[in-house]
Amino acid sequence: MVSLPVFAQVDFTGEWAPLYHEDGPERLPGPELGDYTELPINAAARMAGDTYDADRISVVPEYQCRPHGGDYSMRGLGNLRVWRDIDQASEKLIAFHTHMLAWDSERTIWMDGRPHPPDYAPHTWQGFSTGVWDGNMLTITTTHLKTNYMRRNGIPRSDKAVFTEHWTRHGDYLTVVTVIEDPVYLTEPLVRSDNWYVDPGQNIGIFGCEYAPEVPRPEGTVPNHLVGQNPFLHEFANWYGLPYEATRGGAETLYPEYQKKIANEYHPPDHCERYCKCTSLFDCNVTSK
Amino acid sequence: MDKRIAGLSAAVAHALLRAASPLLGTLLLFAQTNPDTVKLTMAPVQGNVYVLMGDGGNITVQTGKDGVMLVDTGFAPLAPKAMAEIRKLSDGPIRWIVNTHVHTDHTGGNAEMAKLGMTGESIGPPRIVAQSNVLNRMTTADPGQPKIPEAAWPNDEYFLPSKDFFFNGEAVVVYHVPAAHTDGDSLVFFRRSDVLSTGDVFTPGSYPIIDLARGGSVQGEIDALNRIIDITVPAKYQEGGTMVIPGHGRLCDEADVVEYRNMLTVIRDRFRDMIHKGMTLEQIKATKPTLDYDTQYGATTGFWTTDMFLDAVYKSLSEKK
Repeated sequence: MVSLPVFAQVDFTGEWAPLYHEDGPERLPGPELGDYTELPINAAARMAGDTYDADRISVVPEYQCRPHGGDYSMRGLGNLRVWRDIDQASEKLIAFHTHMLAWDSERTIWMDGRPHPPDYAPHTWQGFSTGVWDGNMLTITTTHLKTNYMRRNGIPRSDKAVFTEHWTRHGDYLTVVTVIEDPVYLTEPLVRSDNWYVDPGQNIGIFGCEYAPEVPRPEGTVPNHLVGQNPFLHEFANWYGLPYEATRGGAETLYPEYQKKIANEYHPPDHCERYCKCTSLFDCNVTSK
Repeated sequence: MDKRIAGLSAAVAHALLRAASPLLGTLLLFAQTNPDTVKLTMAPVQGNVYVLMGDGGNITVQTGKDGVMLVDTGFAPLAPKAMAEIRKLSDGPIRWIVNTHVHTDHTGGNAEMAKLGMTGESIGPPRIVAQSNVLNRMTTADPGQPKIPEAAWPNDEYFLPSKDFFFNGEAVVVYHVPAAHTDGDSLVFFRRSDVLSTGDVFTPGSYPIIDLARGGSVQGEIDALNRIIDITVPAKYQEGGTMVIPGHGRLCDEADVVEYRNMLTVIRDRFRDMIHKGMTLEQIKATKPTLDYDTQYGATTGFWTTDMFLDAVYKSLSEKK
């Protein structure tokens, strides 16, 4: 009997363009303040979101060029390039590499069985990723992420989180199911999915970013709303006719039973003035109130 | 066992030590640990700089043709074990030790490391650098505490805002950050290696330890964290560049310090508002003012609990200027 090395069952290399679905409003114009829907967050994350002041990404210079985390990259401006390293002597797959448009983020997904770094190792925006095959599905585990956002409206994701992806290719389409487990801010795993399609003509440009003071402010200023004094938290519920409690996130709100619970309290507006039909970068029209 | 706690039950001694100063509790906790079972790990950081991690404070190690420099020396009983790890990097003499502050998990090994670090190349014991308040506190024992041996004292104290020297081919700059974790905190910047050792001004695994009894303050702590952010320069997209060795915990860079600074600044703003409204400490605690950070930094047991942190923040910000 001849033993054969384990080859990659599927080749993910190439240029991939993102497809936007119900996630369009969050990924393109960005999430509404106070929108914690679909997130199984705990009270700590909710309070962080409630006291977050969006001025922070401008006033804190170190936030101006802060990239998405490796987990959020899959939800950002996700034009994606994938390439791989093959060991010429053995023809074994050593690693996949990904490049994302947003902040030129690159990461390596090690396929050679190496362990994750020890606890004392530095954390990075993209984290440390290893992959294994499960049939034709590539399962990737990422640790050592820096603290970042789970949603860009102040809901945090901690540096203790573990990010798992399941990549599946269907011809010209790529589906990635993502799972975030965060003992600091989640009570249940956050499970989502994203899609891409092959785009051979895609040419990802340079992102580029240089931080600079944009507004005069005392050094060390960190914009934040005092507890109970954020005036924007009800906007999202009001715009979409949702009961306020339904916008607050939490595991219960993720399940179908919750729709029944709020059925009598959900009053969608006659005329949608926000991102009700947003499916791509170009149809997220907003009519200012 | 440390003589300071001999004769007391662990629970009583722990309570007394915590009442006297939360930081002394670390002594007790460590005294209950067998040094032989403690695991120390030496990790490369960047350039000439390494960090030795384990129980007690992180020890920064810089090596080169001139010998060895240490930032902090850990607990006294661990000194031989720590020295064995250092000797895997260099046979050279220890010529410089910088103490980032007075606590014994950072200064306890001074005398032993100085002795063990002497070699045939030594021209005398190492210089032990610290801000002058560290020397003042080490030469004046706390009530009921034994005197700290003179061999452990800083012998090269400074009182100006900074001190610098050149060692192993790079400039080393020691900055005093006043009234932060204590009143004698130093940041140590290895300019060529681009590594900053912060002592306990930055402890990413817990709320900042504000030792009010030894001159610490919340605003000084925030100022010190902002000073770290001033000194550090990230590489592309806010990552890497200057590496930061905290007093305890994993290797970091500027972005990690920014998160920590943000946390303490937000908490300060909340406390200031509630103190200004005339709320008592108990009333403030009832609002759970740090709920959003407790799952990341808080603790209900150990020598620095969330409750102790809240007490310190309230007391520090309530003091009349």
